[in-house]
Amino acid sequence: MTAERNIWVFIEQENQHIAEVSLELLGKGAEIARQLGSEVWAVLCGDAVGNLAERVIQHGADHVLLAEDRELGIYRTLPYSRVLTNLARQWKPYIFLIGATPVGRDLAPRIASALKVGLTADCTDLQIGDYVSKKEQVVYKDLLYQVRPAFGGNIIATIVNPKTRPQMATVREGVMRRGEPNPNRKGRVERVKVAFEPTDFALRVLSRETREPTVRLKDAAVIVAAGAGVDSPEEFELVRELANVLGGEVGASRAAVDAGFISREHQIGQTGSTVRPRLYIAAGISGAIQHRAGMDQSSKIIAINTDPNAPIFQIAHYKIVGDVAEVLPMLIKSLREKAK
Amino acid sequence: MPLNRIYHSVVLVKQVPDTRNVTGEVMTAEGTMNRSALPAIFNPEDLNALEMALSIKDQHGGSVTVITMGPMQAAEVLREALFRGADRVVLLSDRKFAGADTQATSYTLKCAIEKLGRYDLVFCGRQAIDGDTAQVGPQLAEKLGIPQITYAESIIDLEGDELVVRRSFELGTELVKCKLPCLLTVVGSANRPRPASARKRIENKMAAIPSEYPKLLKKWPEFENEQSLDKYLEQHKLSIEVWTAADLNVNENELGLAGSPTQVYKVNYVVLETADSKEIQPTVDGIQELIAELVKEYIVE
Repeated sequence: MTAERNIWVFIEQENQHIAEVSLELLGKGAEIARQLGSEVWAVLCGDAVGNLAERVIQHGADHVLLAEDRELGIYRTLPYSRVLTNLARQWKPYIFLIGATPVGRDLAPRIASALKVGLTADCTDLQIGDYVSKKEQVVYKDLLYQVRPAFGGNIIATIVNPKTRPQMATVREGVMRRGEPNPNRKGRVERVKVAFEPTDFALRVLSRETREPTVRLKDAAVIVAAGAGVDSPEEFELVRELANVLGGEVGASRAAVDAGFISREHQIGQTGSTVRPRLYIAAGISGAIQHRAGMDQSSKIIAINTDPNAPIFQIAHYKIVGDVAEVLPMLIKSLREKAK
Repeated sequence: MPLNRIYHSVVLVKQVPDTRNVTGEVMTAEGTMNRSALPAIFNPEDLNALEMALSIKDQHGGSVTVITMGPMQAAEVLREALFRGADRVVLLSDRKFAGADTQATSYTLKCAIEKLGRYDLVFCGRQAIDGDTAQVGPQLAEKLGIPQITYAESIIDLEGDELVVRRSFELGTELVKCKLPCLLTVVGSANRPRPASARKRIENKMAAIPSEYPKLLKKWPEFENEQSLDKYLEQHKLSIEVWTAADLNVNENELGLAGSPTQVYKVNYVVLETADSKEIQPTVDGIQELIAELVKEYIVE
């Protein structure tokens, strides 16, 4: 076992609820640790959260660093980054993985900046492999390949951190599969001391509200999704109506979300949900890779677009070159007539 | 009763390729992208950051300084910032800055902000649409040694040395109170950025950096040479400041490619294709046939 090759996973929790992505990362971490012959260490921070350690072990942690303090009750950047930065300095992990949630995206860059190490955001895949630096004439063995969409999702880049440790990455929820908990798994729990500086408390949380997601795009059988070509409230109403007739959910490309027609929860693509419905209707979506990568596993895809060269047509099973304002009413009417 | 005070803000902006509207024209037949076909724009959420800073100046007085790092063409977003009401703009441009990842970028920005001197608030957009990392803001705050408020949507209160901010993220909101100075990363739902002011556009339309002079001399033949143009711009406070590595107190090993711990190992253009594809006519008959086929294949019930 090589201690200096340990994989760390930050366990994000709120009110005793562990974030889904943290459990997904434990599974992925365990897979990487097997390859490297090392261990997965989970870092669990909070106020009285020791009871969660068992669950963390069942999902893949070999060792749990438990940092408990009243000041860690509600997530705040500075106290959390203080604790995690100090622990990383002390133990020098090889890899440090954090979920790309609002908390993770706030915290990870702060830690990476303090440690002066490389950080890759919103990874969609992680692998271990070698990297040959032609410039230096050096082979770096067993680096973490951090795979992420870039340039609005139009390219997929593989990033490495050859020299700095830990190799840090944030990973999107839902891209790694969460394993089943193993109740027989054994692991160690180690309580760690925390210490703060007065400046860590420059910010106070006055109130915090979170809610459960209202759309479940992941499980939808039919999705009608709107893109930039749906550019008026009236046209958007047609999208809703078609989804309604089909008993499906409404999705959206990033452009439609940015235009303000619908909330970000409905966004499909690399920066939104990944979906695999039976039927996907792309209305006025040009089909940047960023969007296509989130829906190309759909069983049947119907694309409607005025631009015959729109990239969405490359993956559509049915192409309709036309205006959504004309095609959607025809679809709605035709489906209603069939139902009669 | 606390004294009314003014606030000095720094806004960090980025010129980005407009990745939001990648149409068929931009994609080549091989599935790669013709980047030059994408227009260069003011990163959308940086406009929200600028608006937040300008509205603080409107209410409390003070100043708004806008900084960008990039090639000479990035002067365009600085002019845009002047048109909207920025007091001072600075372009960080040097070959030594090139190839920077978020770590080296935040280091360079930190050095520039320290050169400015006094500041109360630093604003960035939540993220830039070319990289989507959302890392530079928090990394910069760490390097400046100040607190950060990411996903900032609204400044609820600003009084003395404290501000109250509403944060807004997927599935939640948070109200936080923070001591100044601090850094905010601003979300797109924060505000509606003001358009360029007609008056400021007229006042600042000549604002330029020296590398733009040859082009401008053709446009304005009344200037004999670059020296006379430079003198005029200087007198009228229209010279856009350009800072290079030599103007900053920097450790050159931490700049650009050399100062970037991350390296791009490879880049793949993703080509997604389907084997069977059928064109449907956008007519009543065409649509009815489509529905019939979907019903037959149990896709539609």
